[in-house]
Amino acid sequence: MSRIPREYLVNRLITLVLTVLIAATLIWIIPRLSPVDPAEIALGRMAAGAGTVENADEILATLRAQMGIDQPLVVQYFKYIKGVLVFDFGLSTAAFPTPVSALIANALPWTIGLMLISLIITFIIGNLLGALMVWEKTPRLWKVAIPAAMVFTSIPPILSGLLLMWIFAAKLQWFPLTGAYGLTVEPGWTWAFVSSVLHHGFLPALSIVVVTFGFWALGMRGLMITVQGEDYTTLAKAKGLKPRYILYKYMIRNAILPQVTAFALKIGLLIAGQVLVERIFAYNGMGKLLYDAILDQDFPVIQGVSYVIILLTALSVFIVDLIYPFIDPRVRHEVA
Amino acid sequence: MADHVTDNAPMTRAEKRQARRLRRFENPWLNPKLMWGAGLLIGIVMLGLVGRMLWNLDLVFTGSSQLKLPPVGFENLRKQPGVWGTPLGTDGSGRDMLSLIIIGAPNSLFVGLLASLIGMSTGIFLGFTAGFVGGRTDDVIRVLSDVMITIPPLLILVVFQSSFGDVSLTMMALLIAGFVWQSPTRLIRAQVLSMKQSGYVQMARLSGASTGHIMFREMLPNLVPYLFGSFIANVTTSIVTAVGLEVLGLGPQRIPTLGRTIYEAINAGALIQNLWWWWGIPTLLLGVMFVGLLLINLGLDEVSNPRLRKLS
Repeated sequence: MSRIPREYLVNRLITLVLTVLIAATLIWIIPRLSPVDPAEIALGRMAAGAGTVENADEILATLRAQMGIDQPLVVQYFKYIKGVLVFDFGLSTAAFPTPVSALIANALPWTIGLMLISLIITFIIGNLLGALMVWEKTPRLWKVAIPAAMVFTSIPPILSGLLLMWIFAAKLQWFPLTGAYGLTVEPGWTWAFVSSVLHHGFLPALSIVVVTFGFWALGMRGLMITVQGEDYTTLAKAKGLKPRYILYKYMIRNAILPQVTAFALKIGLLIAGQVLVERIFAYNGMGKLLYDAILDQDFPVIQGVSYVIILLTALSVFIVDLIYPFIDPRVRHEVA
Repeated sequence: MADHVTDNAPMTRAEKRQARRLRRFENPWLNPKLMWGAGLLIGIVMLGLVGRMLWNLDLVFTGSSQLKLPPVGFENLRKQPGVWGTPLGTDGSGRDMLSLIIIGAPNSLFVGLLASLIGMSTGIFLGFTAGFVGGRTDDVIRVLSDVMITIPPLLILVVFQSSFGDVSLTMMALLIAGFVWQSPTRLIRAQVLSMKQSGYVQMARLSGASTGHIMFREMLPNLVPYLFGSFIANVTTSIVTAVGLEVLGLGPQRIPTLGRTIYEAINAGALIQNLWWWWGIPTLLLGVMFVGLLLINLGLDEVSNPRLRKLS
């Protein structure tokens, strides 16, 4: 295990910084190209609340000054980038005057928790099933059943979510329909709360698992076919080792490594899919926050949520890129 | 029973299977998965084409029929039976589900195909440019595609559409295309770099072939299976992104789309009210679309990677 070469690290770091910078810039530029004026939306909200608004022009000017959109664009941009670096996205306009960062801080743990749990389950199930598809000792029934289950792979989690929700929450009522925990339990480290969270999280997690395990299984299948033909597998068989031992210690162990990089490519889609699952289950994570913000035209929140999710994606890819060569010594930290 | 051989049968079942498998090598494109997948997609296109001719699409307007009618043969919570005027039922504002899907289903496919086509063309252009020109140009294209591949399209598009409001179907496809050029670019760049060293390209170059000839006549045909695979994967990504936007209440507001129908159904509490046809029919159609695309992709995998064929 060698240390990470300087060049490689710098290269990856530049990509990470560029990704985040480009994303942040896009998020900033796009609303400014649009004819919609956030100050007018805020004014409209006041008018809707109060019935009438007097001195509309003055209020508009004040609002613009408050939002900083009366300043030159360059100044606005650098202020924005400076703010983004410390996760300061301003104040939510719908839940005024809550800072956007506070809203995100509340939602993020739910999203990350749901993501990690469903990811770990999928990774294990997917890789195991993918390996069983190739292994010659797999029972016939499994060899038919696994490819059939793969049909779900192509379906986005929002569709599986709807289906599971209908069957298990609306029809059978085994699981609650929406939310991340029951309305009657106090958040805290009590058994009642934890079990409520698990109960509520089951369906969202399951809807992600059923549609993503196939991705890993497919990749694993391809890799296992390669490993199956390797000399060391033949040697292990010739030595008379137990088939199960060969499967775990010789085949899966070697085939699973490249799967970690596949993760880096897939994570963006995974997160986006999860955002939608959270939206249909009204799960207290980033997806619900984003959806509510879209309904309220709460631009600071939309920007903040988008930025944080993109940052999360970029960071995950960065980390996978860095640790991958440590997991698989055959791969060196090459400068691409 | 299964493996029993009758006297007049010239081949056992196992032999037949063997023969079929061998024949499959002759024309890899006649792959059952590929055929099935293509069939499902053609079915959806036909639904749009034939439906337009045979069905009265004016039923798609709000309030054209009774609200929340079930499909024929079912009853809704108000004990109303389904009627043949609206065979697949109606949604919460009285729109006919059949008209909705006749218009909506091809729309979703159209967005996916158009976005992916544009992304693919951009990818082919950039990939070849990066691979052939090299140097600074290559660096810029490589870094840019590395960067853009990490950014989930959904989130940037959410920002875009929430600030611009209504978009047209074509506009949405164009926007999505901005996020699906990266993987073809990377794929082609990598292939071009490795092919540049290969014998037949060297040969073509030595015999004085132009760069254009080498690119399109020597290299591109070898890339076709990969390109197809990448294209289909991008169609899936594009449709998923489009449906995602629609389910968040963004996307085209005035044209029926499957995603928007699901959005309206969720918001109206169709799940609790047991209006399964409202969200279920669009979900099913999208499911068919994605399964079709998956089968095509699996089929293409077998076409381009003969090792996989032996297993099935």
